[in-house]
Amino acid sequence: MSLALDVLTIVAVSAGAFFFLAGTVGLLRFPDALSRLHALTKADNLGLGLVVLGLLFQPEGLFAGLKLITVWLLTLLAGATVTQLIARTARPGGAQE
Amino acid sequence: MTDRPLALDIGLAFLVLGVAVWTIAARDTFAAVVGFVAFGLLLTLVWARLAAPDVAPTEAAIGSGVTGGLLLGASTRLHGTQTPAPGEKPGAILRLAAAALCTVVSAGLAAIVLLLPEPAPTLAPQAATNISATGLGNPVTAVLMAYRAIDTLLETVVLLLALVGVWSLAPDRVWGGFPGPRHHADPDGLLPFMAQLLVPVGLLVGIYIFWVGSVAPGGEFQGATILAAMWVLAMMAGLVDAPAVSRRWLRLLLVAGPAVFFAIGLAGFAMAGAFLAYPEAYAKLLIVTIEVPVTLSIATMLALLVAGPPERALR
Repeated sequence: MSLALDVLTIVAVSAGAFFFLAGTVGLLRFPDALSRLHALTKADNLGLGLVVLGLLFQPEGLFAGLKLITVWLLTLLAGATVTQLIARTARPGGAQE
Repeated sequence: MTDRPLALDIGLAFLVLGVAVWTIAARDTFAAVVGFVAFGLLLTLVWARLAAPDVAPTEAAIGSGVTGGLLLGASTRLHGTQTPAPGEKPGAILRLAAAALCTVVSAGLAAIVLLLPEPAPTLAPQAATNISATGLGNPVTAVLMAYRAIDTLLETVVLLLALVGVWSLAPDRVWGGFPGPRHHADPDGLLPFMAQLLVPVGLLVGIYIFWVGSVAPGGEFQGATILAAMWVLAMMAGLVDAPAVSRRWLRLLLVAGPAVFFAIGLAGFAMAGAFLAYPEAYAKLLIVTIEVPVTLSIATMLALLVAGPPERALR
């Protein structure tokens, strides 16, 4: 049982790490600010989400699991908000709309 | 300990050094600031690896977050003066002198660290044995608010002076006016919605971080930084305007923290016989009485530091 959980953890965290790698490559290679932001938010959403999912398979109690999920949700909310702020400045016309 | 965490630490150390060198070598001011922020976040990981959970969030919030934001603002303002005239380039002698000075300082610091006696001198046992007198559960907060309270008092005063310095950059015709540009956002857009969602949660987190500081890692500076960030977000999303710097309530809010701190410090002469000495029975109560206005004042100072000098005159 614990071996199966470990395998699930390794698969999910590795997939999360892959999305972080992909997001970083996108951040470095994409041509304009908006696509780069898009790549970056994918790393936050899916990468961190999969890492959290992988850690949930290592039971440390209900409260610890809820904390992990809350951390992910807060990161999503904060990341999306900051991305909106940056995107507004990067858009033609800038912040003085 | 297995060798895997060691590999992580060594990798982290090289990463920190690499980012530090890159930050210094970057020619563009903006790139250097971005490097500095990344450097601060890596340092946060270093502090976490050193089992310093009080220092790590402070480095992330103040060292990287607030300072990074201020430096970004400064680099934007300096953009027009980015290309120095050829005559302003420092000569070879000046460069050599700067390099020699930096080498001497670095070598001196390295020598001091290497020559530290083993075990290193520490006041930790004394801090731990006397903590019950403060009524606090977190030794770091006990150091900040009781043993070395005067340092914390002076820090809040320094922040206030820094804000006065920023305000004094305002031209005469907008003195007392509103800091920064007025941010407008599409009321039906995503940004105001996200900000409305995030700000209440962030305020709760900030208050919690401040409150938990008496028994666990946290405290007024970390909490105040989060509160300030939420205010700045609300301003940038166009939900609220920055207050005019001549508002009486704003000035009172700014000086409330240092003033209450100073007053209770003076009262220490009467109550316990020394500046900033707390009578043991009321230590916790007095510390909380100081911490609440100090947190509010620091949050206001940090938010207004980021907002910048007044740019729009009072209507």
